[in-house]
Amino acid sequence: MIADWRKDRQVVRAGIGLFALALAVLPFVVSASFGNSWVRVLDFALLYIMLALGLNIVVGFAGLLDLGYIAFYAVGAYLYAVLSSPHLAGAFPSLAPGLAWPIWVILPLGALVAGLFGILLGAPTLRLRGDYLAIVTLGFGEIIRIFLNNLNAPINLTNGPQGITGIAPLHIGGVVLGRGQDILGFTVPGIHLYYYLFLLLALGIVFVTVRLEDSRIGRSWVAIREDEIAAKACGINTRNVKLLAFAMGASFGGVAGGLFAGFQEFVSPESFSLTESVMVLCMVVLGGMGNIGGVILGGLLLSVLPEILRWGAAPVQQALFGRVLLDPESLRMLLFGLALILVMLYRPAGLWPSAVRRREFEEAAEEEKEIVGLEEGSA
Amino acid sequence: MTILLEARGIGKNFGGVQALRDVSLTIRRGEIYGLIGPNGAGKTTFFNVLTGLYSADSGQVDFDGRRLNLGAPHEVVKAGIARTFQNIRLFANMSALENVMVGCHSRSRAAVIGAVLRDRKTREEEARILRRARDLLRYVGIESRAFDLARHLSYGDQRRLEIARALATEPKLLALDEPAAGMNATETAALKSLIGALRRDGSTILLIEHDVKLVMGLCDRVAVLDYGEKIAEDVPAAVRKNPKVIEAYLGAAHA
Repeated sequence: MIADWRKDRQVVRAGIGLFALALAVLPFVVSASFGNSWVRVLDFALLYIMLALGLNIVVGFAGLLDLGYIAFYAVGAYLYAVLSSPHLAGAFPSLAPGLAWPIWVILPLGALVAGLFGILLGAPTLRLRGDYLAIVTLGFGEIIRIFLNNLNAPINLTNGPQGITGIAPLHIGGVVLGRGQDILGFTVPGIHLYYYLFLLLALGIVFVTVRLEDSRIGRSWVAIREDEIAAKACGINTRNVKLLAFAMGASFGGVAGGLFAGFQEFVSPESFSLTESVMVLCMVVLGGMGNIGGVILGGLLLSVLPEILRWGAAPVQQALFGRVLLDPESLRMLLFGLALILVMLYRPAGLWPSAVRRREFEEAAEEEKEIVGLEEGSA
Repeated sequence: MTILLEARGIGKNFGGVQALRDVSLTIRRGEIYGLIGPNGAGKTTFFNVLTGLYSADSGQVDFDGRRLNLGAPHEVVKAGIARTFQNIRLFANMSALENVMVGCHSRSRAAVIGAVLRDRKTREEEARILRRARDLLRYVGIESRAFDLARHLSYGDQRRLEIARALATEPKLLALDEPAAGMNATETAALKSLIGALRRDGSTILLIEHDVKLVMGLCDRVAVLDYGEKIAEDVPAAVRKNPKVIEAYLGAAHA
C-alpha cells in the first residue's frame, strides 16, 4: 500500500514536472512554429484567464451575475497607466515625470483599489439577485467606462477618449520586460518575458482560487448561491461574504488590468466596453461555471479561437473558392458566434463543468424527458 | 429549571395585517416547548422573528442572559439559536457532509489569508469541522449518505440532514418548524425518537407542529397561537381541555 502510494506520488510529481516544462518551453515552440505574434496571443490568453478566474468567484461560486466585471480590469489598468506615465504631470506638475513605482507596489495597489471598487459595486446591490443584479452591474460597468471617457475635465485625469500613452513598460528591478534579455548566452524576446510574468501571476491566481474553493469561505460562497436564507440560518453573515466575493473577484481583475496597461503601454476607454465584460462571462459559462479547470479552458479557447479564425479565414476561402468571398474580420466573428451557440446547445453546462453542475443539467434533462413522456402517454 | 429564552410583547405587521400581537413566552432550559395553532396563526412568523429573519415591530427577546439583535440572523445563530425550515431548505447541490460543514461556519474563524496559506491553525480547524460534521451525520443516522448530494436524499433523510446542519451551529435552543410535515407514519416515529434523543442529550427544543398527537406526546409545555395572539400556555393535558383552544381549532359550538 505504502509503496503504491509513493509510486502514485512520484507519478504525480513527474506529471507536474512535465507540465511545468511544457509551459516553460511553450512560447519558444509557438514562436518558432507560428511567429512571435502568436506569443502575444498567448500573453493575452493568460490575462483573460486571470479575468475569467476572478469573475468565476462572483458568478461561479457565489452565484451573483455580474455583467460589468471589465470595470475592475479598467480600474487596474488606469491606475497603472496614471501612476507610470508622464500624463499626470499635466495636471500636477510636481509629479513629473511619473512615479515609476516598482511592480510589487503597483500590482498589489491595483488589486486593492479594484477590490475597493468591488465593494463599492457590491454594497448597494446586496439585496439583488439574478436579472436585477445583472442590470445594476451592467450599469456600473458603463459608468466606469463613461467616467474614463470624460475625466479629462475639469482636471485631466484620464485624458478622455484619446487614452493615456507613454506608459512605462512593466519592469522588474532594472529589467524592462518589453525589451529582449540575454540570458545564458541566448536572447529571450520581450514578448516571452511577458509570458513568463503573466504565467506566474496566473498560476498564483489559480492557487489562491483553488485554496479558497476548498475552505470555510468557499463553502459559504456556494451556500449563498444555493440558498441565501438557509445560509443566513447557518450563521453566515451573507453581507460580508458577498462583499468578499465581489472584492476578491475584482482584485484579480485589477491585477490583470495593471499587467495589461504595462504590456500595451497604452490604455483607452475603448478597451473596456460591455463586449469585453460579456466575453469574460462567456469564458466562465462556456468553460464550465464554478469549475476552475473549465474556466481556464474557457479563457484559453475564447481568446485564442478568434485569432485562429482571423488567421485561417482568408487562406481557407482561397483554397475552397479560389477567391476571398467574405472579409476575414467579419467572418471570424460569425464563426465565433456559431461556435458559442453550438457549445451551449450540446454542452449546456460548459465544456468542462464542475461535477455537481453537470449532474444538475442531466437531471433537468431527465425530468423534461419524463414530463414529455407522460404527456405523450396521456395524449 | 432556569429560563433560557424570554420573549416579551412581540408584534409584527405585514402592511395592514397584524401577524403577531403582543406575544410573550418563556422557554426553560432542557424542555421541549411546543408552539401550535391553526393555519395562519402566526407560528412561522414568530419563528422568523425569533431567528432573526424578520425584524420585530415591537417587543424584545432575551436569550441566555443577553438581548438578541433581532433582524441579524447570523448574530442570532452565534448567540445559540438554530432552526430548520417548514419547507426543507438544504444546499441542494452540496453533499450532505458539506451541508453540515457549512453549519459549522459560525463556530469557526478561518478567513481569506488562512484559507490561502492553509497554516496549521486553519488545517486543524478544517479537520475539526470535518470530524464534527461526520459525527453529526452519524448522530442523526445518515452517515452512509455523507457524499451524496443533499437533493438525492429521501425526504426523511433531508429532514435529518437539516437537523444535523442546525446542530452543527452548536445551538443552545433548537427550533424545528413543522419537522413532521409531509412525513409518513414510519418517518414520523423515527423523527420522534430522534427528538427524544436530542432532549436526553441536553438540548432545549422549540417545536412548531401541526401533528397534535406528536406535540402532545413530546412537549413539556405548549403555547397556542390564534390570529397572532397567544391564547394559551400550559402543559399539554391542560391545553387540550382549554375551551379557547378548542374554539380556535374547532369553532365555538364545540367549546
